[in-house]
Amino acid sequence: DRNRVEDPGTDGDRVVASYCELCFWGCGVLAHVKDGRVTKVTGNPDHPLSKGRLCPRGAGATGLLYDPDRLKRPLVRTQKRGADVFEEVSWDAALNKVGEGLLELKRRHGPEALALFSHGSGGTWFKHFMKAWGSPNVGAPSYAQCRGPREAGYLLTYGTPLGSPEPIDLAHARVITLIGSHLGENMHNTQVQDLADAIGSGAQLVVVDPRFSVAASKARYWLPIRPGTDIALLLAWMNVLVEEKRCDAEYLAQHANGLEELKAHVAGKTPEWAAAITGVKAELIRDSARFIAAARPASLIHPGRHTTWYGDDTQRARAMAILAALLGSWGRRGGYLTFNKMGLPPYKVGKEMPHGGKGAADKPRNGGYPVAGEVIASGLCDAATPGHALYDLKGWMVYGCNLIQALPSRKQTIEAIQNLDLLVSIDVLPAEICGWSDVVLPECSYLEREDDVLAPPWREPFLALRQEAVPPLHESKPGWWIAKELAGRVGLGDYFPWKDAREYVDARLTLGRHDVAEARRRGVVLGKVGPVCEEEGLAIELGTDSKKIELHSEELKRLGFDPIPNYVPQEEGPAGHFRLLMGRAPTHTFGRTVNNRLLAEPYPENEVWVNAEAAKALPGFPGPLRNGERVWLVNQDGARSGPVRAKVTQRIRDDCVFLVHGWGQGAKRLRYAHGKGASDAELVTRYKVDPIMGGTGMSVNFVRLEPVGRTA
Amino acid sequence: MTTRFAMAVDTVRCVGCNACVIACKTENAVPEGGFRDWIAQEVHGAFPDLSMQIRSERCNHCAAPSCVDACPTGASHVAQGGVVAVARNKCTGCKACIAACPYGARYVHPEGYVDKCTFCLHRVTQGRAPACVETCPTRSLTFGDLADPDSPVSRLLRSRRFTVLREESGNRPQVFFLA
Repeated sequence: DRNRVEDPGTDGDRVVASYCELCFWGCGVLAHVKDGRVTKVTGNPDHPLSKGRLCPRGAGATGLLYDPDRLKRPLVRTQKRGADVFEEVSWDAALNKVGEGLLELKRRHGPEALALFSHGSGGTWFKHFMKAWGSPNVGAPSYAQCRGPREAGYLLTYGTPLGSPEPIDLAHARVITLIGSHLGENMHNTQVQDLADAIGSGAQLVVVDPRFSVAASKARYWLPIRPGTDIALLLAWMNVLVEEKRCDAEYLAQHANGLEELKAHVAGKTPEWAAAITGVKAELIRDSARFIAAARPASLIHPGRHTTWYGDDTQRARAMAILAALLGSWGRRGGYLTFNKMGLPPYKVGKEMPHGGKGAADKPRNGGYPVAGEVIASGLCDAATPGHALYDLKGWMVYGCNLIQALPSRKQTIEAIQNLDLLVSIDVLPAEICGWSDVVLPECSYLEREDDVLAPPWREPFLALRQEAVPPLHESKPGWWIAKELAGRVGLGDYFPWKDAREYVDARLTLGRHDVAEARRRGVVLGKVGPVCEEEGLAIELGTDSKKIELHSEELKRLGFDPIPNYVPQEEGPAGHFRLLMGRAPTHTFGRTVNNRLLAEPYPENEVWVNAEAAKALPGFPGPLRNGERVWLVNQDGARSGPVRAKVTQRIRDDCVFLVHGWGQGAKRLRYAHGKGASDAELVTRYKVDPIMGGTGMSVNFVRLEPVGRTA
Repeated sequence: MTTRFAMAVDTVRCVGCNACVIACKTENAVPEGGFRDWIAQEVHGAFPDLSMQIRSERCNHCAAPSCVDACPTGASHVAQGGVVAVARNKCTGCKACIAACPYGARYVHPEGYVDKCTFCLHRVTQGRAPACVETCPTRSLTFGDLADPDSPVSRLLRSRRFTVLREESGNRPQVFFLA
């Protein structure tokens, strides 16, 4: 029969519910298993974050599971550190070596000399290990290299950081303002779903970005701002709101402190003043301000996520938070909500955790970063260089984060590494950091393991289960097993009394009086939905000491910082150079997915975006740079990356270039990604530290383009 | 009236994330280098006066499919619901259909036959949505039966402005792009 329907037969014989870890949003997935293989991964309709839909990375999970370059067996370094030369050893030999190294470290320097860098859900087992071990040095680049300034800015203004997933009401906002955030390319599934629903129901966008992002292409107003001048724009917007009495006066009178100081501060900071600084026309600034104000309180200033740009980032986040307050959107529908977490009792360990003496070693010896709410990963890195911090770090465990690309200044990171007595990495793939490690422990991917229950705050609170779809491939092992085995080798076995992660999770679910079998079948337990904003009956409560929104921050004043944000000009680059900006592509999660062959199909490597006019006459080029031509990127200090394809486009200003982060991998055992594209991280030889919270502003580097083939 | 499958692609909602592409590749076990659907971005204007349309594209399952006319063996045919399909056992891989398709919607499978989007007929005949439609995070894709005036796709095409690609081909494409 010629009309026979070809069925590719990818539906599973078994479908296992779990939650995704191709990024850290944690969407619910269904893994289809047939003949012992995962054929496809689809969205779990019951899960509040995915609602049955997955982004490309989530759908591309099999590309990670079956990546031929995965770490297969434990590795022990045989040559000098960084040579990336190892021998394969048994698990017993590798764990014994790590155990001995840890005990030696503790004997000589105390337990605090060990730090854990952890990004990913399996990291909870190693965090537990660190508690039992007695070290407070647990951090992740996701704070001081990513969302930290935002957390500090909102903490100072509203008394609470935002966390992840952000409690924002995209779905009900009538106007959504994105400031340097390229949601849609930055693919946080639920937020993109909500954004599309908002657009579908007529919500309008205002997008501030030097690049004509996907979001900008859908915006009512696009403000192609000169990089580094966002605070000037935000102050001018406030000026329009205040001068034209477009603020929510009643809301501010009830909930905010410092309105008079703010009014005085923004007087004179007119759109005309900001136009000269930002390169955005005064009329466009004024019109967009009025447009944003007209939709209040359902006028959402999106808080952004990757916010470590120029070193004054907490102040920029403050300006955004203050603007949101003027709109009366905190605590209101279409603005910022209050989500709840579903509680779950802890597993009863039955042994007291040791009470540590020392605080974390993440800050310089002479102090600093008074508003840091989490441990600063770059500070933990610096603390390995002797004499920098209050005490020195001598050992690192690195779980699932490639510090070589995640931290600024590769040179500084490598210097720190060379001071360590012990560097152990736990990873699924041979990331660059693995090449610098003494011992590499291969973890299995999320589809091959059980982890702790995930219970993020959300409109609809829930518990989500991580479940093994197929047994670990090769000789990889789940994080829970590695942590437990390690604990046993350093005398901490009593802190890991569970047989395995499954027993651990079942015990917690049972203590919480949940139906374990049903939870495992469905992959998720849904909690009660309560009111999340004033319109639903939830009174606005502020977490600040004053119980008010701090438009003018007494705390910052006391600490010696500007109580209301000021625009301070950024340093410009050398002639012929472009400011280097970085961002995301929807198919990738930093460097974690660049080796994924499935995801590489639509997006095989990154490109450097160059303005089409600027590309016509680049210094050192014999003629116009052609679209698709490969170039080197060379920064102000001579660091180079590439060759990378040029995307010659009208979609970016002529004073900056743009790269998607994660490419230009130096790890030679990532056979697909190795040497493809360019690394923005390699070009971040300079960074500017945010004095308020320790974030590392990385968009302060400048590059020139160099034709390929002319390299000295 | 007989079933006429069609798709509406909402270019206002679509962010071009490629979830449709990856979901299709895993659902249909599409080999490396082959695509049954893809993302197109069309930019107009000069900085800073720009516009861009983002489209999730695939076979248009034309009502007058030039690929079917071009096929010398009868492998390319019109299947259930107007879906343009390839009978693998009749396909010699001659590529006449590839030359005839105005949309670049077909590729040669490593096993020698020509492959393309089937609207996931194996799923839709069971009452399930095509894989791309099911996963699309922005709900940009609406699949359904144009012969049913109450189907979501029929309703959308009544209420929204839309265009088709290469109308001048005379192929009468059945994938509609909502603007």
